[in-house]
Amino acid sequence: MPANPTSLSLERPASLKAALSMLAADPALTPIAGCTDVYVGLQFGTLTERRFIDLWDLKELRGISVDRDVLRIGALTTYTAIIQSTIVQKRLPMLVAASREVGGAQIQNRGTLGGNVANASPAGDTLPVLAAANARIVLRNHKGTRTVAFDSFYTGYRKSVRQPDELIVAIEMPRIDGQQWWRKVGTRRAQAISKIMMAAVRGRDLRIAFGSVAPTVVLAAKAAAVLRGGGSIADAQAALETEIAPIDDVRSTGEYRMKVAANLLAQFWNETR
Amino acid sequence: MKLTVNGKTRTVTAHPMKRLLDVLREDCGLTGTKEGCGEGECGACTVLIDGVAVDSCIVPLAHAEGRKVITIEGATATRTGKALQDAFVVHGGAQCGICTPGMILAAARLKPGASEHDIKVALAGNLCRCTGYPAIFRSVKSALKRGRAR
Repeated sequence: MPANPTSLSLERPASLKAALSMLAADPALTPIAGCTDVYVGLQFGTLTERRFIDLWDLKELRGISVDRDVLRIGALTTYTAIIQSTIVQKRLPMLVAASREVGGAQIQNRGTLGGNVANASPAGDTLPVLAAANARIVLRNHKGTRTVAFDSFYTGYRKSVRQPDELIVAIEMPRIDGQQWWRKVGTRRAQAISKIMMAAVRGRDLRIAFGSVAPTVVLAAKAAAVLRGGGSIADAQAALETEIAPIDDVRSTGEYRMKVAANLLAQFWNETR
Repeated sequence: MKLTVNGKTRTVTAHPMKRLLDVLREDCGLTGTKEGCGEGECGACTVLIDGVAVDSCIVPLAHAEGRKVITIEGATATRTGKALQDAFVVHGGAQCGICTPGMILAAARLKPGASEHDIKVALAGNLCRCTGYPAIFRSVKSALKRGRAR
């Protein structure tokens, strides 16, 4: 049953400062921006939140920049802005590739990187990229700013260290030293939610991350250690099986995901050097 | 709340969280915008906000406030929109018609001479259950032939 709009409330702060004050006074407010997940939840009754705070017009949370060799993407930056950014195309092509496969143009025009992180779905397409890129999440509340390594941002299924009075303001990524690789496996190239996806970096760094194979995004450190140590693909695949826990759901089966994860690992290793 | 719909300023008395789709259909009486899936998957409800294609079933009215919205009724009043509409008729790009307004608005942002790849990317967020797409791609390609569209 779709939610009747009159049962909902919407705060519309004019600035980031105002938004943080509102959240400090009332941490039960749920931040919204591109709304691509929010309205699905409202329409199908899976979202219980009724009181929202709208971030969409906060220009301070948009924009892509490089400062001291760190790429900074504002939380409200849309997938379209990422795809069109020459900075991201050059520094983080795997994020451009992932963004191109999020929904279609209409979703890419509205969905935001910060929203993908905040929504905390195990199937969030950009999350393996952020893990492989060694990203940091910049959080702010009315008192100040803190930065959390993406590796330690999620604490469980759809749970993160973000406090109710905090907003994700930006995602930061250091320069990546190595070849970037991305692959999403879904029912259809456009629109379909992922069955499984993998992002990886091979170079001085070797970082391999999977999505949709566990309650949160997984950094496959054991598989990477095998490959870094000169081990075989088969040994790396065996190590990978111990660090992911894919399940059966509406989109796929655990068995399929386990097999495809191992195949993706081999494909990545064969296609990069 | 004030917004411009197809060039006309409208003042709407509705909840800021009301879906733009419902505002257009119920408050503005513009029923050309169709609801398909209601979850941003099928693109049938595509409209343009300040020239950007969005699924109006997952956009709150608040995000259209003070902005320029173009629906299918307004799109076909433009040269590109008219060319698209005519081409869909000539090439059989429409069957049941539910997806057609969204297809035309999603294609309206393409440049003349767009490649088949560009067309497929632009329409990736629009589902059709009748034509199987080739007729739609042919329609768009024909409409975007240099000289016809702007």
